[in-house]
Amino acid sequence: MSLTIEDISFTYETGTAMQVTALDHISAEIPDNQFIGLIGHTGSGKSTLVQMLNGLLKPTSGRILYKGADIHADNFDRKNLRAKVGLVFQYPEHQLFEADVISDVMFGPKNLGLSQEECQRRAHAALRSVGMDKKFYEKSPFDLSGGEKRRVAIAGVLAMHPEILILDEPTAGLDPRGRDEILGLISEMKNRMNMTIILVSHSMDDVAEYVDRIMVMNRSHLVYDDTPARVFTHYRELEEMGLSAPQVTYIMQYLKEQGLPVSTEIFTLEEAAAEILAHRRELHV
Amino acid sequence: MPGSLSSFYGHLKTQSIYCEMYDCFYLPVCREGEKTARKVFFYMISIQKLIHDYFRQDEDGNVAEKVRAVDGVDLEVHAGEFIVILGHNGCGKSTLAKHINALLYPTEGEVWVDGMNTAKEENIWDVRQKAGMIFQNPDNQIIAQVVEEDVGFGPENMGIPTEKIWERVEESLKTVGMYEFRKKSPGRLSGGQKQRVCIAGVMAMHPKCIIMDEPTAMLDPSGRREVVAAARDLNKKEGITIILITHYMEEAIDADRVFVMDHGKVVMQGTPREIFSRVEDMQELHLDVPQVTLLAHELRKNGVRIPAGILTKEELADALIKRGAEQKGRDRNVVTHH
Repeated sequence: MSLTIEDISFTYETGTAMQVTALDHISAEIPDNQFIGLIGHTGSGKSTLVQMLNGLLKPTSGRILYKGADIHADNFDRKNLRAKVGLVFQYPEHQLFEADVISDVMFGPKNLGLSQEECQRRAHAALRSVGMDKKFYEKSPFDLSGGEKRRVAIAGVLAMHPEILILDEPTAGLDPRGRDEILGLISEMKNRMNMTIILVSHSMDDVAEYVDRIMVMNRSHLVYDDTPARVFTHYRELEEMGLSAPQVTYIMQYLKEQGLPVSTEIFTLEEAAAEILAHRRELHV
Repeated sequence: MPGSLSSFYGHLKTQSIYCEMYDCFYLPVCREGEKTARKVFFYMISIQKLIHDYFRQDEDGNVAEKVRAVDGVDLEVHAGEFIVILGHNGCGKSTLAKHINALLYPTEGEVWVDGMNTAKEENIWDVRQKAGMIFQNPDNQIIAQVVEEDVGFGPENMGIPTEKIWERVEESLKTVGMYEFRKKSPGRLSGGQKQRVCIAGVMAMHPKCIIMDEPTAMLDPSGRREVVAAARDLNKKEGITIILITHYMEEAIDADRVFVMDHGKVVMQGTPREIFSRVEDMQELHLDVPQVTLLAHELRKNGVRIPAGILTKEELADALIKRGAEQKGRDRNVVTHH
């Protein structure tokens, strides 16, 4: 068990008129090698939760355990934790700052106190795994396209060799091609490096396609924590939270309402096509 | 008439009417092949052979690289139309949008907004008032500490009398459904609400046309719905011409016309149905089509005989039911025949 979230709560600006409870008694386990989707309306507390996981914020009450040890204990090595739990913020390309791509990716490992050779080795590997080849190494990060910049920023976190990689809306502002590239890359990395990925997203279609497990935050509470199929059966409740089920679920729902004998527990396009084709005889199509 | 103008008029087989009062040309268009113009109308936006080059300079200020962002675009928009422009990042659609707002000037070609040439310096302010612009990030567009002051900023700069400003602010905020938030601080609003305040701010300048450059890219699903609904309302109720640039294909299905750009050129144009029935072409351009269109396409590939270009779940259900009924009837005929 990598990370254990034990009944944590968090309040911003405690004791002032602006007091806001962002997390209200959340408990969850984050195991190794799992692809988790974290979804929730803007302001639901999901960003606060991910900042808890690598110790950037300290819970007002409750504990977070990394391999059984309380991450806010006095003798806990939080610097090491931040290497192990990598956090890629929204629009990570805004955080690129070095003169060239390779130095930017090496910045993290350098801060871990690793040797120059080791930093370089890790940076090369990280850039390779995000599909950026050698010709980019000496370029200024500012001369890259949006999608390329984002991949460099993700490489910067990968070079820290995280066990858990949290990505906050990694596809925001990207076009469909950029989105598919980044999500495909993340999914492939997870399988190759046995990482746990936590994908913070608004897009139910992306989440349905890739993740093993979905955590849904609403008004500071963790309301669902289950497989995509089980979570999306609550699509009416999700709508009330300003979320939605994947679009194909609505299509199947409508077909069923119109009297077609199809299942509505369908969350991806492939499943939907297969389901309709499986009923061809009854549908006479 | 200047030489460049006469050549492009010649190309278009158009006749121009020079209007002295506004010092500009109006373009009544006679359709190709017709000797006389039967139906004369004025375009809201008319873009003729537009080319835009960006130049990258090296440290000494010499031109190191030339990038052609827009490469010979012809595009016409009628007043009151809802237009969607699709294309992947870097295809030139944002550059094109900035031309309509006179934020950029053509390297070659011309852009006319409501009968005004954007390249004429004296037209700039009128063009910008006629064609408002909404950008991706609402936080970069909000300047005041109170919602109603932010919305009033535009008309105030135009020198509108105070009482009129308040009228416009009220009317604009009501149109986008943000009137009850008028005394709030924009910082406390959600992304969708902020973007609607930005739209109200543009509205208050009484534009004829609003260009929205990926206004929903940074929003969550409910924020996206709010903003698209606001845009549709402006178009339907106020008759404002909308040009929406987006990556979300679902936002395009109700458009009057869709333009697809690639490498600085318009590569496809037509009604949403015409565009989205070309699933393979769209995929080749790395663009999405609506999920229901894709599902129908998959079914067709597997031999289900339903029409191409299905855009809504209602259409899919109808097509499947109709197809089923037809087939059933045919099966029955075969049985009775025996």
